[in-house]
Amino acid sequence: MADLVSNITAMAPEAFLVATALVLLLVGAFGGRRMAGPVNLAIVVALILAAVLTLRGIPNGSLEMFGGALVLDHLSTFGKFSALIASALSLWLAHGYLKTEDRLSAEFGILVLFASLGMLIMVSANDLLSLYIGVEMQSLALYVLAASNRDSLRSSESGLKYFVLGALSSGLLLYGASLIYGFSGHLRFEGIAAAATGSGSIGLIVGIVFLLCGLAFKISAVPFHMWTPDVYEGAPTPVTTFFSTAPKIAAIILIARVLFGPFHHLVSDWQQVVIALSVLSMCIGYLGAIMQTNIKRLMADSSIANMGYALIAMASGTAQGLSGLLFYMGLYLITTLGIFACILAMRRSEGMVEQIDDLAGMSRSKPGLALALTALLFSVAGIPPLAGFFGKYFVFMAAVDANLTWLAILGAVASVVGAFVYLRLIKIIWFDEPAESFVPASFAQISLAGISALLMLPGAIWLLPALAKWTQIAAAAMFVHG
Amino acid sequence: MEIGLAHYLAVGAILFTIGIFGIFVNRKNVIIILMSVELILLSVNVNFVAFSAHLNDLAGQVFALFVLTVAAAEAAVGLAILVVYFRNRGDISVDHINLMKG
Repeated sequence: MADLVSNITAMAPEAFLVATALVLLLVGAFGGRRMAGPVNLAIVVALILAAVLTLRGIPNGSLEMFGGALVLDHLSTFGKFSALIASALSLWLAHGYLKTEDRLSAEFGILVLFASLGMLIMVSANDLLSLYIGVEMQSLALYVLAASNRDSLRSSESGLKYFVLGALSSGLLLYGASLIYGFSGHLRFEGIAAAATGSGSIGLIVGIVFLLCGLAFKISAVPFHMWTPDVYEGAPTPVTTFFSTAPKIAAIILIARVLFGPFHHLVSDWQQVVIALSVLSMCIGYLGAIMQTNIKRLMADSSIANMGYALIAMASGTAQGLSGLLFYMGLYLITTLGIFACILAMRRSEGMVEQIDDLAGMSRSKPGLALALTALLFSVAGIPPLAGFFGKYFVFMAAVDANLTWLAILGAVASVVGAFVYLRLIKIIWFDEPAESFVPASFAQISLAGISALLMLPGAIWLLPALAKWTQIAAAAMFVHG
Repeated sequence: MEIGLAHYLAVGAILFTIGIFGIFVNRKNVIIILMSVELILLSVNVNFVAFSAHLNDLAGQVFALFVLTVAAAEAAVGLAILVVYFRNRGDISVDHINLMKG
């Protein structure tokens, strides 16, 4: 009994969110449309409160809960905090969007909340069962969110595509999990690590590859990326915002947990797979982005390429690589939220527009937002004084120190192609003939875009060392086994 | 002939392959895709139970129960999305899910 109480205390953010979800679900069900707005805002507050809760009571080293099914350490805390903040901010953006479209519903926020709960389980998973439950809990809520605009054919089509490919990916993941279980005899990560020493049996390797394929779907790494542009385009824009931020960081931390935890002896085996995923993602992501005319599809390709960079750091297989990965993902999260805040501000009197050409002349009609978007795009392109450059720099340094210099060089070449993609947007914003101007942006959009742009500027010099320090502590959590 | 672990794994692998092919080769309708997904999950269950019996370890059977539960939830969500799609499109043929290229 005392054990149960201490377990639940250690999981305070999760317990708090479950309780909130159940109460607000009832409020939403009985309150009808009138309560929809307040419920969504209450969920934003609850997610932020839970994020603050995660920062409290982190143990030294790691704490296992529920017989070792979940683990609380600095890595899971980092993942929880960033996933919760990203969820809260995208829900805040979604609230304004849904209000303008007159489609507010309590379920939207509840689904975001359940998806975030799934992510919390993912980042703290310590055995194959909790890994699977976390992934499914997150994915099932995301499928519904993609189809959440019930009257739109595009939204329901994207929900259907996401569901079919997502279900296939969970199938791959599960098949891998079953092989790993069979050939190591354990579901718990420590047990698998003990069995997976030396060269590893062929069954185990096949299992790892299947598991990695399933997880690569979730971070949309090439060749498992086909769904990304379609789903990003079809889903309502705030849902796209959510998809490209919180689930990505949860999934990539889950991959890190699996690869650096139970399979840290088999680095040379999984390294090749991760390198292949990374090279393909960077190249195909940016090449695809050159052709796009729709800004949401472009962001989809950009997120694919960004995952490629994160995987470079993963491929290095060192603590330095993991910390570079987390650093890169932290910056990616901030930039993506800011860019999507600007995309959500692309609204004319007749409704949302999403073509890249619609950005033309934004510099004249909305100079502030245009300036913020330009800074964010320069940062994501990796132009030196901005924060995005340091993200790429840490990733490349990790690769060079792990004797993967060619991979770092390839990444640098791909980022030249990427710079073309982003500079094209900047050229349209500043130099093209003005298109019709947008309606005034909301407070949420302006503040998010502004703050994330300010954080990317060299002025926010305190951000980078703080983030780097935190990611180093978080990465060290996976390397205690020595 | 004694039925051993290898036979169960072979059945699992065959079911899994049929499931994957069912998703990619089928051009008829989405219900068949849902059936294929179920087939994949069941093949995994065969694997888990076989391994569990072979290893004398209950964890695999517990996992199989969880997979069954999640599969039910997944089918419910999938069918719900399919109903919404059908209401908008009036058709669930795989060839016609092409509003967005991809």
